[in-house]
Amino acid sequence: MEPSLFRYIFRYSRPQQILLLVLTAASFPFLYMTLELPKIIINKAIAGTDFPRILFGFTFGQVEYLLLLCFAFLGLVLVNGGFKYWINVFKGQLGERMLRRLRYQLYSRVLRFPLPQFRRVSQGEIIAMITTEGEPLGGFFGDAFAWPAFQGGTLLTILTFMFVQDWILGLAAIALYPIQIYVIPKLQRRVNALAKERVRTVRKLSERIGESVTGIQEIHANDTSELERADFANRVGRIYDIRYKIYRLKFFIKFLNNFLAQLTPFFFYAIGGYLVIAGDLTFGALVAILAAYKDLSGPWKELLRYYQMKEDARIKYEQLVEQFQPAGILDEELQTEEPEDIPDLEGTVIATNLVLEEEGGIKVVDGATFSFDARERTAILGASGAGRSALARILARLLLPTGGTIRIGGHNLLALPQSVTGRRIAYVDENAFLFAGTVLDNLFYGLKHRPLRAAELIEEEAKKVRSRYVSEARASGNTTSDFNADWVDYESAGVSNPEELRERVIEVLRIVEFDDAIYRMGLQSTSDPVARPDLAGRILEAREVLHKRLNADENLSKLVEPFEGDRYNENLSVAENLLFGTPIGDAFDLDRLGENAYVLEVLEKVGLTQGILETGASLAGIMVELFQDLPADHEYFERFSFISADEIPEFQHVVRRTESTGLDGLEQAERSMLMSLPFKLIPARHRLGLIDDDLRHGLLEARKVFAADLPPGLRPSVAFFDRSEYNAAAPVQDNILFGRLVYGRQQSEQMVGALISEVVDSLDLRRSILDLGLNASVGIGGGRLTVGQRQRLALARCLLKRPDILVVNGGLSALAPATQTSIMKGVFDELAGRGVIWVLNRADQARFFDRALIMEGGRIRENGRVSELDQPGGVLERMAAAE
Amino acid sequence: MDFNEAVQVLRRIPIFSKLDPAKLKLLAFASDYLTYDDGEVLFKEGDPPDSAYIVDEGEVIICAGGDDEACDVVVGTLGRHDLFGEMAIFRNAPRVATIRARGPVSVMRIDGDMFIRLVTENPDTALGVMRMLSDKIARTTERFELVEEKVRSMQSVADSAHPCAPARIEKP
Repeated sequence: MEPSLFRYIFRYSRPQQILLLVLTAASFPFLYMTLELPKIIINKAIAGTDFPRILFGFTFGQVEYLLLLCFAFLGLVLVNGGFKYWINVFKGQLGERMLRRLRYQLYSRVLRFPLPQFRRVSQGEIIAMITTEGEPLGGFFGDAFAWPAFQGGTLLTILTFMFVQDWILGLAAIALYPIQIYVIPKLQRRVNALAKERVRTVRKLSERIGESVTGIQEIHANDTSELERADFANRVGRIYDIRYKIYRLKFFIKFLNNFLAQLTPFFFYAIGGYLVIAGDLTFGALVAILAAYKDLSGPWKELLRYYQMKEDARIKYEQLVEQFQPAGILDEELQTEEPEDIPDLEGTVIATNLVLEEEGGIKVVDGATFSFDARERTAILGASGAGRSALARILARLLLPTGGTIRIGGHNLLALPQSVTGRRIAYVDENAFLFAGTVLDNLFYGLKHRPLRAAELIEEEAKKVRSRYVSEARASGNTTSDFNADWVDYESAGVSNPEELRERVIEVLRIVEFDDAIYRMGLQSTSDPVARPDLAGRILEAREVLHKRLNADENLSKLVEPFEGDRYNENLSVAENLLFGTPIGDAFDLDRLGENAYVLEVLEKVGLTQGILETGASLAGIMVELFQDLPADHEYFERFSFISADEIPEFQHVVRRTESTGLDGLEQAERSMLMSLPFKLIPARHRLGLIDDDLRHGLLEARKVFAADLPPGLRPSVAFFDRSEYNAAAPVQDNILFGRLVYGRQQSEQMVGALISEVVDSLDLRRSILDLGLNASVGIGGGRLTVGQRQRLALARCLLKRPDILVVNGGLSALAPATQTSIMKGVFDELAGRGVIWVLNRADQARFFDRALIMEGGRIRENGRVSELDQPGGVLERMAAAE
Repeated sequence: MDFNEAVQVLRRIPIFSKLDPAKLKLLAFASDYLTYDDGEVLFKEGDPPDSAYIVDEGEVIICAGGDDEACDVVVGTLGRHDLFGEMAIFRNAPRVATIRARGPVSVMRIDGDMFIRLVTENPDTALGVMRMLSDKIARTTERFELVEEKVRSMQSVADSAHPCAPARIEKP
């Protein structure tokens, strides 16, 4: 990138800057005329005498002439305003485009950073640099040339005016400029040094914040929050110091400048006054010059402000750009170049004298020379720290070695563009990363290299928006690739259309043994019955089939208590029994149903308030008795109690009050505390015997009234349980089950799960449920999945793109050894005839491979066929024995 | 079994008899009530010891060997209000036998951690545990002596019948 700010601005916005300058220059005559016209109005129209006058062939009396000039003045004001408006608009547009370009370039550079760079510069710093540090530059880009030109021009115009009036006073007006021009940059230099330091300190601050967020668990676990706060306070304190110093200096510069500026009027009064007295200058001219000088100080101040702004922007830019030119940054062509034919990587892998030297001269890989057939299954073994991981990354072309060469077939691996390596080589890391999105998004991630089929734009408006987008993107030097286009490369997945790809996805998931988990995720997902009425219909069918099966088998029917509108469900909480549906949104939060105004109204209507209150009082008594002696942080509060530890004293008080004064003597707040308790009761689970038949009947009645009287405004807040309706708010599994597993049956979950599975298969629903699972979100960074699941998904993603060479770097480490082995075999079958390079943690797994590379201290200790190395007493046996 | 019954049942168990009533109720409240059909397995030999059980209704059998379907040898049966599964918790070792329902059974399952905590936090209960363990040892010794007695009498019969009988069993 351009090392200096002005070169950058000039390179990317020359025509626009020139346009701005031209516009600015064109505005000056009008500006001059607005200065000139008032004088004419006063001298010629108001104080003039020789009327009528003839102008443009018309005759004007004095008043008409005055009006003409005044309207001309008004016209000029408008023209001036127009110039200002357009200049500002152009400047804004220019600034924003340049900012967009700068951010885009910085981000593109981040994508080209060599991997080790990310150990030196933190995520927080990079984010701060691209987002916040760039921002103020945007404002400067537009002002870079036009602003000084405009202010300088204004200054010149006014000066010219002054010199025309009287050259001596003109000189007097600028007499102190040389001093200002000399002194102020000296002071500014100190500001600049501080500004540099400020940038660095703020960057470190963002880095620390980022670190605290990532390491929050350690902070909690080690009780180091105070340490972190002290560190943070220290840093913001440092920033405060710097900023305070900058303020002081800046305002001092301002003060000095103001002082020098005010010195000039001193000369005017002194010298000009003398000249008037001496009769060398008219009084009117002195007044006009004083007025003009007042106008002069405005642009002069602006110029100074510009100077400070320019220095600030310059430093920000230089500090920014410096960070984005790390040594070893990838050539741009490696990411952009795309050969017509992507060559297959086959033949022999030959590595010669590979060296990977890290900072401090540590050689992680130290003179590795080896060769093997790219189609072999090669295991890389070695102790941790032996360089196996680095070697795997080099083979996947993720790390560029600091020395040596690798060739695959006829290709120099190190010079191949990513359009080849990223498509023909697949890599799974131990820390498999998933992007926020659905399972499917992540699986397709390895197939999205370029936009292949443009998004279909039907509406005229959409087309316009798109073409505007493209032209703006070009104006800012951004890529014009459409993010919304179809990027999925079906061909590289070996299929020809989306349907086939879905089949393929299921196949691949089966290889990594993840299809069952996806099915379960599907069962836990919701499905929109409006978008998929067919699916909803079939799920309802499954519900009927399941219940028929349940009714037919006595053993099974004991495991599920179905939802029945006119029966109290012992396995649902009181709240659920009353609502008898799934809440949507927060209006009927199940945990706080006892506080809901409408619910209380319903209870009152069916005369249940007293019953619930009494139950609440009994329950409060039990809870207080059970939990009052436990320490406040005891886990049982979380696990079993209806009231939290800090509520205990309040409830103790309420219980005592109830005993002494009875329920009627309670205050409203105390009553509502008791009212809210019974809603969490599940009779089958808690077995407290508090829900008697009267209460059950009352609650059933309340259930009916609740639904019947529900105001239309609350109607969308609950999806009622209805045997013949699909419940859009509930997961698919709940929709099929339409009931609750009974408490106290150890096998129920497993047996009912198996039954649901049978029903799903009998209705051919599994595919649709898998699709729902595939569209489930994986969370930020795949956070909703376990590490093992992330690893499986990352491997599946690799398989989907059918690479020539698959590099697995501890990529299944979170799974049990038996599962690892079984998936490994599946992968081998899938990739028969293609290369697999696998970094193994366990030597005994090497026997599934053709070849083993054994590393020690960055060097290759053994490179041979597994059949030869795996002899009794051989190296593999010794390694396996040592594990 | 509802909550109040459960409290009564727990109170009858010797090691809990000295437990503070509020703790006893907490234990009853925090326990699960499970039902099993004939032949269902409560836990298997080798399972981790996560809970202790008290029979409420019905009977369970203690099995040695066998598979998921049936057991080889029935070592014993447990009935109403019997406590079992607690030894593995004390020893913190895997289950040594399989427990299976004979006929429909309902049990109360006490969380292992909670069990240990209640027993260790309360000196009286700890004494109860010692007493229970001593009882078990005493019973086992008694049975052993009985067996030994039988063996001895059989041996003396054998001795008199055959001069080349094997050596006598030594007392441990």
